[in-house]
Parts: sequence; structure tokens; C-alpha cells
Amino acid sequence: MTTSAKNVRGLGSAGTGTQHHIRQRVTALALLFLVPWFMYSIIHACKAGYEGALTWVAQPLNAILLILTLSAALYHMRLGMQVVIEDYIAKSGTKQALLILNTFAVIALTAATILSVLKIWFTAGA
Amino acid sequence: MAGQGRADPRPLSPHVQVWKWHWTMAGSIFHRVSGVGLYGGAFLIGAWLIALASGPEAYAFVESIVFSLPGQILLFLWSMAVLYHFANGLRHLIWDGPMVGFSPGLASLWSMFNFAFAIIGAAAIWSLASFY
Repeated sequence: MTTSAKNVRGLGSAGTGTQHHIRQRVTALALLFLVPWFMYSIIHACKAGYEGALTWVAQPLNAILLILTLSAALYHMRLGMQVVIEDYIAKSGTKQALLILNTFAVIALTAATILSVLKIWFTAGA
Repeated sequence: MAGQGRADPRPLSPHVQVWKWHWTMAGSIFHRVSGVGLYGGAFLIGAWLIALASGPEAYAFVESIVFSLPGQILLFLWSMAVLYHFANGLRHLIWDGPMVGFSPGLASLWSMFNFAFAIIGAAAIWSLASFY
């Protein structure tokens, strides 16, 4: 049992790059279909006022597509921001702190937005 | 570096100043810039959704920002960023999948097309959205 020099020095590959790359592409593929729908819908919902926007979110198909769009987009942007931080922040402590902040911020936003959709969906009684 | 935190000895990604400006380089950097912009935009879209779930007062507040001049400018930039990131993201998928579009001439043309798509597309969406 030997430990390779690259690992001792902390310079080895983390071994998660391929997974990261594939997930970035798979979420992109999902967004290719979801984003056009989202752009069209959000403009209509925004123009419909409070009641109109509520009615829009409360429709089951819209609620499902909205949750799918949020999940794919927020996961995709967490991966993207991770690469930006890794590329430009050299200081180890700052980098780790920002990577954790990225994770926390995105998960908090995911939880809050999906709960909002579900709340509207359930309380609308549709 | 003692006391300042260990600096990662690996080199940083090349920064914008070491590149000569050309279409494909601009296309790449704006993919990242629009991505970071959309990261912020997602929190604003999220605020809209959370306000909608919170009630009419919260929604009225967010709506007043959305329809104000700064809000409209921000939304226009947001839609431009969405369209650019979408078009250039599709290009990334075509690079990774069918692996076409690498020749310098086509690559430059494609970058120009993506910029034009974002600007003209955002203007088209905005005029359609305000006229009907």
C-alpha cells in the first residue's frame, strides 16, 4: 500500500471532474426544452397581475414544469459557479468558503422557490 | 505566505487581459459572464416567486420593482443573458456531442450569430411582450 506523491502533496485529481462535466451537460439538455417554455410563461404570468400569476402557478402542468425548471437551472448554476470560483480564487480558505457559500445559497433558493410553488399549488385548491 | 492561508500552487485560469480580443474569445468569456449574471438573476426570479406565495402585499412590492425603469432594464439584460447563454450553451452541446463547429471561420461566424441572436431576440421578445 503506497500513497502516490500527487496525493501526498494534495495536487491529485479529485476524481469528480467527469461526473461534474456530465451533470452540467445533462442539466443543459433539460434546460434546452424547459427554458423556452419558462421564458414564454413567466412573461405572461408577470403581465397577468397577482391573481393571474397565482392561477398560472396553480395549474398542475405549470407547477410541475416550474419545479423541473427550477431544479435543473439551480443545479446547473451551482455547478457553473463552482468552476468560476475554482478558476479564479487561489487562496485555499477563501475558495473553500465561497464553494460552501455557493452550495448553501443555491440549496436555500431551491428549497424556498419549490416550497413557494407547492404552497401556491396546494392552497389554490385546483 | 504564513498566516495568509495556503495558496493553491496550481495556476489560475488565464484572465481576460492575456487574451487578444476576437469573436470566439468574446463568445467564451460572455458565456461565463452571462452565466454569472443569470446566477444573480435566479435569486431575483426566486424573490418574485416567493413574493407570489407570500401574499398580495409582498407581490405588489416586487411588482412595483419589476415594472419600474431599473427593473425593466434589468429584465431586458436578463433576457439577453438567457438567450446568449442558451444559444452558446447549445453550441457547447454540439461541440461535445456531434463535435462540429471547430474550424476557425465557422467558429467566429457562430460567435457573431450568438451575439446577434441574444440582442435581436431580446429586443423581439420585449416588443412582443409590450405590444400585446
